[in-house]
Amino acid sequence: MGEGTLSKAQEPAVRVSMFEGLRHRLPLETYVLALTVLVWILLAVFSQYFWTTGNITDILRQVSIDAILAFGSLFPIVLAGIDLSVGSVAGLAGVIFSMLIADAGQGILVALVVTVVAGLIIGMVNGWASERLGIPPFIVTLAGLQGYRGLALLLSGGLTIAGMPPGLQKFALSSVLHVPSLFLLMLAFGLAAHFLLAYTRTGRYMYAIGSNIESARRVGIRVTLVVIISYALASLYATISGLLLVARLSMGAPTAATGSELAAIAAAVVGGASLFGGRGTILGCFIGALLFTTIGNGANLLGVNSFWQMVIEGLLIAFVVYFDNLQKRRQAGLG
Amino acid sequence: MAPLLEVEGLVKSFGPVDVLHGVDLSLAAGEVLALVGDNGAGKSTLIKHVAGVYRPDAGEIRLEGQPVRVESPGQARALGIETVYQDLALADELSVGANIFLGREPVKHLFGFLPIIDNRRIRTETDALLARIESQIPPRARSVSRLSGGQRQAVSIARALYWRAKVVIMDEPTAALAVMEREHVIGLARRLASEGVGVIYIGHNLIEILEVADRVSVMYRGRIVHIAKAEETNQQELIKYMTGFTGK
Repeated sequence: MGEGTLSKAQEPAVRVSMFEGLRHRLPLETYVLALTVLVWILLAVFSQYFWTTGNITDILRQVSIDAILAFGSLFPIVLAGIDLSVGSVAGLAGVIFSMLIADAGQGILVALVVTVVAGLIIGMVNGWASERLGIPPFIVTLAGLQGYRGLALLLSGGLTIAGMPPGLQKFALSSVLHVPSLFLLMLAFGLAAHFLLAYTRTGRYMYAIGSNIESARRVGIRVTLVVIISYALASLYATISGLLLVARLSMGAPTAATGSELAAIAAAVVGGASLFGGRGTILGCFIGALLFTTIGNGANLLGVNSFWQMVIEGLLIAFVVYFDNLQKRRQAGLG
Repeated sequence: MAPLLEVEGLVKSFGPVDVLHGVDLSLAAGEVLALVGDNGAGKSTLIKHVAGVYRPDAGEIRLEGQPVRVESPGQARALGIETVYQDLALADELSVGANIFLGREPVKHLFGFLPIIDNRRIRTETDALLARIESQIPPRARSVSRLSGGQRQAVSIARALYWRAKVVIMDEPTAALAVMEREHVIGLARRLASEGVGVIYIGHNLIEILEVADRVSVMYRGRIVHIAKAEETNQQELIKYMTGFTGK
């Protein structure tokens, strides 16, 4: 901090101005990453078990599935939309996939293709309904949140589906050079999503639509198409995370990923995405998901009541969004 | 040589309300034509026909002598007709370069097949363009939401300039600007004209209009009632036509 030579009277003022200067320069993700690192250090100090290979591997596996869901949720958020159905889609995808294998006797490949196609169709319907029918995406996907979960429960009769080929779980628990395969898969899907958002026209048009849908229309962007692609990707990523859950647990559960849509959205928002659209990055989603996974893991290790964990996560979301708003208002004041 | 843009006999009603009663207008390349008139005189309705927002009930629009149907803003843009709106034209969260190239991004191919946006080219072209219009805009601004009103106008105008628009419609471009910025935007309008663009400039401030325009046309109740060269008219005369007190 370099305060060694300062008198006591000067010290606080300098500290404040350094902090202010930083706040104007760095994106929100940087602070959330710093917070995550701080939590890691604290947990390493307070829990002997935290910094063990077994536990770190567990965190990496858990964050992989959560982060993929968060990546998917980012696409509609960038459009100033939202997809509340991703958790239910993940659950339904798991049920379809495991029933195709266990009940219909299909191979993994066939089950995979059918499930992915089903997920894509769901997403396209979400995008089409919110763009062409003019129903707010919050409502469209709220209907999906209920409807697809209900469908998962109906199809499975509310029961978990066992009888997955053992290779599936073996893969989910495997590692390449000590890095969990799930984590590598997450990296691959993350890079693909980042590539799309940062380097392609489609990605740029998502930010343009989220910033100002009228100006996007005026320059001739095919808004409907971009919206449909965006919701289709949200569903695709949800489907993939549902499939990975089946692999990890070696069974399909109709209640899998319940409530995870909110965790995914929270991860995106804590990672710097704006619910007003136009802003958000894949790296931010990952950092947000890592922070939540770490808190969950740490709470378990330290024996913190899981109800407290929810309260802490809630406070965290409120704090981060408040901090972000504060930062933006100051920038606007400067501009 | 045919004028750059001609509007002939344009008629438009919204339900029972007749807004345009056969408007004629012509614009030459390299000219700033100001359009003035009281609120409700039909200025906005007229230019929205040229910009592809409305379609006329009757009448014709010709570009370089050829009759054109301008059926959407995208089509207007493809024809070389750009509109600089007061506020609506930019995507706030995108950078200056991304806005200038929005919808027409240069693409290169990664590994020979993956189409990606050529961000380096956007940056170099944006830097060159902003230097050309002598703008004070920080070319690397991460989002245009941090720019001032005048700087945002300058981005829109730079966009029109870059894409070699033939006709640029400026709809009250200085309405919300501070004095210094106003001068800059007026300079940019003249700059467009000096590069051969035809500019239709809508405004309320007559001092500014007489400074920027080559010709001034006055609209009154859905008709163009007066056209004059800027150096041959004055505020009093324009006000007379704008308010209908012409002694006729």
